Amino acid sequence: MGSIATQRIFTAAIVMLGVSSITFFLLHLVPGDPIEVMLGESASIADRAQLRAELGLDAPLMHQWRKFHTGLLRFDFGYSLYSKKPIANMIASRIPWTIILAFTSLAFALIIALPLGIASALRPNSATDSFAATVSLLGVSVPNFLLGPLLIIIFAIGLGWFPVSGNSTRGSIVLPALTLGASLAAILSRMIRASLLEVLSEEYIVAARARGLGAVTVVVVHALPNATLPVLTVVGLQLGALLGGAVITEMIFAWPGIGQLTIEAIQRRDYPLVQACVIVISFAYVVVNMLTDLIYSRVDPRIER
Amino acid sequence: MRVTTRISMLIVGTWLFVAAIAPFIFGDGNLIDLEKLFVGPTGNTWFGYDDLGRDIGPRILVGARVSCAIAFLVVAISVVTGTTIGILLGWNGGLIDLIGVRILDVFLAFPGILLAIALAAVLGPGVENVFIALSVVGWVGFARLARAQTLSVKHRDHVLVARSLGTPVLRICRMHILPLIAAPIIVEATFAIAAVIIAEAGLSFLGLGVQPPTPSWGAMIKEGTRYLLIAPHMAIGPGLALFSIVLSINTLGDSLRDYLQIKRGAFDNAN
Repeated sequence: MGSIATQRIFTAAIVMLGVSSITFFLLHLVPGDPIEVMLGESASIADRAQLRAELGLDAPLMHQWRKFHTGLLRFDFGYSLYSKKPIANMIASRIPWTIILAFTSLAFALIIALPLGIASALRPNSATDSFAATVSLLGVSVPNFLLGPLLIIIFAIGLGWFPVSGNSTRGSIVLPALTLGASLAAILSRMIRASLLEVLSEEYIVAARARGLGAVTVVVVHALPNATLPVLTVVGLQLGALLGGAVITEMIFAWPGIGQLTIEAIQRRDYPLVQACVIVISFAYVVVNMLTDLIYSRVDPRIER
Repeated sequence: MRVTTRISMLIVGTWLFVAAIAPFIFGDGNLIDLEKLFVGPTGNTWFGYDDLGRDIGPRILVGARVSCAIAFLVVAISVVTGTTIGILLGWNGGLIDLIGVRILDVFLAFPGILLAIALAAVLGPGVENVFIALSVVGWVGFARLARAQTLSVKHRDHVLVARSLGTPVLRICRMHILPLIAAPIIVEATFAIAAVIIAEAGLSFLGLGVQPPTPSWGAMIKEGTRYLLIAPHMAIGPGLALFSIVLSINTLGDSLRDYLQIKRGAFDNAN
């Protein structure tokens, strides 16, 4: 167990180094001079030189890379070009909102996916099953920047149940979380169906049935725990799509999370802030995936190598 | 063939046709009629007018061209580069494979379209940069798939025979491996087209993609969301267009997967 854990952590560390390096070099992809892009063409030479020195862009590339990464180790991302505040603080104030949104979406997705998946696994190829299949196909095919406005039109403007955007009331989270969770719900319900179908054909399920246990007991106590294991990895992997989708969803609903911060930074050409946001979001994804892997290998002894 | 599959083929075919001819009929879709600002759908104009008094219907049809062109180009590039790299990694193994897989892992560690967003942001808005950003992100999935598939077929007898007969590596990869791993890649490519259409619209929605006045579904939805309270029809028309083509392509992907799996199963039994 110990060796698996260290191996996973080591791999994750290498991947994170790769991610931060790519993100670091992104700034150097800016066509022309990044300083000129940030300040505009009318900036004076003195201003340019000052910003260049502030960002350390006048140093050799490898030196910049090292400085960037030593800063990263101390959660020091430097200062925002626009607000002049420390980037670490700006990000820290946004992260809780994104976490709340992500977990609420995950909860919504599970609430929708579990009944759908179970119902269609119990009666494969029935009307229920094809209904669930249609729902999930719709869920995968609706992009969140379309579902979001649709939900706003129906539930915020039409019915007035929830606010259009922002985070001022408790009901504010419902529409963004539904928007973000829809495609996840679609994918999860298919996964649960496939996984449960496989488990239901195992011999121990037949044995449980033969012992005269009720259908509910067999499904809930015997089948579901084993069927949810593979689903767990999918949840971990899909969290990436969730975090990426949060960027767009937070923009639609003016949700003050890190996704909105990313886009605001892009619009203001605040490149150090963009880099920091991309790195933080990606690191969160890498860490969650690593944890999923570790939990999975601990919960399911068959994975033990 | 199932009814849904046929309908989907019809819808995708129609959109491809529209993408090809719409610009010749409606020009750039930027005709302005100032008296019709925000006018909703009527009998003549099904989708109403936008905030600048432009008829939304023709703009949707013209916008199909950008979406389809980018989607097919990006997926074509991604399939070719991704598959090539994947087969090379899987075939060679060893140190190259080890390093290659790490690089793939790094690219896969960027969640969702975040890397594309970041790339489009630094490259600046525009169709070419959307194309570059989505291609940089797109090849990775195909490389991983092709590598895994290559690993699973490279020890088969016919490959061994080809090797012992001294067949050049490139020829083995092309003639003896590629045909065996093509089916899952084709299925993946189908879903990728839908994903790229969504991603392109997403970038345009964020203002990082196709720039006005060129009609693009994502940008039109973005404009629509600004006027949701007074003119919800502005977002609905382009949204329906996007939804119809993505749903159809996903349905086609599903059918294709079912169809190819049956065939592959038959092959596996023969082994």
